[in-house]
Amino acid sequence: MNLLEVDNLRVNFRTPDGFVTAVNDLNFTLGQGETLGIVGESGSGKSQTAFALMGLLAKNGIIGGQARFKGQDILSLSDKQMNRIRSKEIAMIFQDPMTSLNPYMKVGKQLIEVLMLHKGMSKVDAFEEAVKMLDAVKMPEARKRMNMYPHEFSGGMRQRVMIAMALLCQPKLLIADEPTTALDVTVQAQILTLLNELKNDFNTSIIMITHDLGVVAGLCDKVLVMYAGQTMEYGSTEDVFYQPTHPYTRGLLQAIPRLDSEGDILTTIPGNPPNLLNLPSGCPFHSRCEFAEERCVKEAPTLEEYQVGKLRACHKSADWGVAS
Amino acid sequence: MFTFISKRILEAIPTLLVLITISFFLMHAAPGSPFSSERALPAEVLANINAKYHLDEPVINQYFYYLGGLLQGDLGPSFRYKDFTINELIAQSFPVSAEIGIWSFLVALILGVGCGIIAALRQNSWIDYSVMAFANLGIVLPNFVLAPLCILFFSIYNHWLPPGGWNGGAWPYLIMPVIAMSTSYIAQIARITRGSMIETMHSNFIRTAHAKGLPKHRIIFQHALRPTMLPVISYLGPAFVGIVTGSVIVDVYFGTGGIGQHFINGALNRDYSMVMGVTILVGTLTILFNAVVDILYAVIDPKIRY
Amino acid sequence: MITTQDKIQAVEQFAEQVTEIEGRSLWQDARRRFFSNHAAVTSLVLLTLITAIALLGPLFSQWNYDDIDWEALSDISVLGRPNIENGHYFGTDTLGRDIFVRTLQGGQISLLVGIMGSAVAIVIGTLYGAASGYIGGRVDSVMMRFLEILNSFPFMFFVIILMTLFGRHIFLIFVAIGAISWLDMARIVRGQTLSLKNKEYIEAAYACGVSTPKIILRHIVPNVLGIVVVYATLLVPNMILLESFISFLGLGVQEPMTSWGALISEGAQNMEIAVWQLAWPLGFLVVTLFCFNFLGDGLRDALDPKDR
Repeated sequence: MNLLEVDNLRVNFRTPDGFVTAVNDLNFTLGQGETLGIVGESGSGKSQTAFALMGLLAKNGIIGGQARFKGQDILSLSDKQMNRIRSKEIAMIFQDPMTSLNPYMKVGKQLIEVLMLHKGMSKVDAFEEAVKMLDAVKMPEARKRMNMYPHEFSGGMRQRVMIAMALLCQPKLLIADEPTTALDVTVQAQILTLLNELKNDFNTSIIMITHDLGVVAGLCDKVLVMYAGQTMEYGSTEDVFYQPTHPYTRGLLQAIPRLDSEGDILTTIPGNPPNLLNLPSGCPFHSRCEFAEERCVKEAPTLEEYQVGKLRACHKSADWGVAS
Repeated sequence: MFTFISKRILEAIPTLLVLITISFFLMHAAPGSPFSSERALPAEVLANINAKYHLDEPVINQYFYYLGGLLQGDLGPSFRYKDFTINELIAQSFPVSAEIGIWSFLVALILGVGCGIIAALRQNSWIDYSVMAFANLGIVLPNFVLAPLCILFFSIYNHWLPPGGWNGGAWPYLIMPVIAMSTSYIAQIARITRGSMIETMHSNFIRTAHAKGLPKHRIIFQHALRPTMLPVISYLGPAFVGIVTGSVIVDVYFGTGGIGQHFINGALNRDYSMVMGVTILVGTLTILFNAVVDILYAVIDPKIRY
Repeated sequence: MITTQDKIQAVEQFAEQVTEIEGRSLWQDARRRFFSNHAAVTSLVLLTLITAIALLGPLFSQWNYDDIDWEALSDISVLGRPNIENGHYFGTDTLGRDIFVRTLQGGQISLLVGIMGSAVAIVIGTLYGAASGYIGGRVDSVMMRFLEILNSFPFMFFVIILMTLFGRHIFLIFVAIGAISWLDMARIVRGQTLSLKNKEYIEAAYACGVSTPKIILRHIVPNVLGIVVVYATLLVPNMILLESFISFLGLGVQEPMTSWGALISEGAQNMEIAVWQLAWPLGFLVVTLFCFNFLGDGLRDALDPKDR
């Protein structure tokens, strides 16, 4: 059995300007110890997917579909029931380490309270355990830092604290929402290495949400490419990266700057992601797709499994990508 | 922390000196003199009195006489109540104002913060709306209107409470002054607390706390309360000053005999030393209170260190 | 300086365009949000109405604000009641003067005083705050220190001392009050300026040698206007309240002129026998203050949506 099975996940928001669909019929599965990368531009619904799984959507959010974690649908749980799963079974690392830690509380206390709550540890035991975990995320002078406040830490250090906090109860699933976006490039690499090691040590499944394809290539087993709340392509990292069959995925891959590319013009995908309030007809990507046909404007492509374990939503035939 | 406090005290001295100087010269620049209103005073007597209080000398000399007295803790004689010194009058009236002020302050703080938090947590419910309606009403109803309305309701229509007086601060005499004084501050504090709480609950670290699976009450009291209180605390400085000046109205209406009455009468009658005395007292208290607010701020916000 | 005059002008024009583009969408958005806030729009309409009545209403009465109705004077608690027939729509005061006209005349004074005091405070506060924030460094810390000193003065006591100095020249008093109530404004504007200072168009203007006063007036001030407007709507009611307080103490306007505060003070003394004397001016004052409050809230929400 898979650890997590997401069926037709929908996230809608009621806003003053109308009804917005942020995530539209998302399906994926995740096995124990597997890593899934969810890739897309900002506003594509990646983060909302994560918040929906954690039960952290804003008040005007409406959820549809199912997400079975160990066979139990976590989307239908009450807040109280969900509290027993959060951090203990499913933990999350947020995008912005600078503001995600409570600035008015010592780092140690923020770590300890998780252990005391979920594991019923005493304060002393929890302190020792938290120090061990800080050591595990390579925090220098961990013991001393327990008594410091977040503002005394650098961004990378804070993200290490966030990771330590997420791993305290050794959760089965870790959701990392752009964990490196706000950090310097060198620190990014350190954090990714760390996540990779921890994944092996703790056998944790990870959902890695990012817009950085390099991160996916280095860390993930599977990739889900999202655009305007919908799945564009889904499959193993190797398949998707070596044989991208969707024009959007190809566009993303071509947009990575490379030193060895010929010519010095950086390829980009023209245009901007669509306004979710006012989605275009047919395929949401058609206005930016260089291969768009008349059909793409009229009719939305369905997500089809064109090979075992490989799904895509595009009217163009699947072997187009291989052929070119 | 100790160096911070001593630094604040040292800084307070020049501030106070500026305050004393400006008030002194403004006061003396005003037309009229303490004894000009008393008619039928023979010119000779008037001259004698003026000489006694140095009023016949240049203002600058009077200023230095005053400063000299002040250094010895002497606020001078009252021009109005001829047998009393200002020290005596203040010693008599200040405890009254302090008692009303402290009660009002506590009531405003507890009710204001309480209502604000409840309204924020039940945002857009009927509780929220009624708290905010009350808050808006409390802000626009000035205390000089509230005071007579209180008397009308509690004393004239219903005979529940004595309409005025002090009687050593017995509680029936305390209720109406505290209501008149604290209402607008309850309202203000409730509004500030509500806004601050809503903002805090939307911040990223509260989301983290939710993601940790913490129960709601723990999130509110352990994580959200401190940052919520920061803007409330910075409002306490102005609120304190407001409550001190509110005593003017309370004294006029309820005849409590606090310090506000002396100030108004002093200003109207050109009782120079009385006005100066009260101004210095209130100025000192204000400076003191601002320092306390700063210290509280540092206690709550770890980013601020002195 | 390598840059030539025309280059400076071009960059300035560009900087202005950038400001304008940013500004336009901001203001458009704000307008849309403001007009969807019913309480705020209603308040705006009511305030306009109150102002219009205060200015034009007295023309529709047979009484002047200082006319004494000798007939009504004989028994105020009966003959002085509000009455359409004898033209005392709101009743009379204890001297037989018409409350309707006096309330409106008092409204003129209260509103005028409120606006004048706020205007003085806003001009000083905005310039002081923008200068302090933009120039920064030592000048900033000296200017802020000065502000702190002023802030520890007991404000109301200062007002009363000022009043003994200016006597009953109510407008002078309010110019003076305005001149000492700009402290918060200055602090707010300074905070805004600090965050504006690093915006590209300001840096561009600076890099091209535009003079400091010009940057402050043409680039900083227009961009803090939003917060200034919000603050102004909160300052005006405070000023009106302050005037009422002063008049209430018997220190405000000169008889037979009046203001809402003075009327309320008189009404409060007679509230047992002639409650209309308190009710009408109080009603006008409270509604006006309410409206300013809702208007200020509405504007703030419209201009700063994240603050909800």
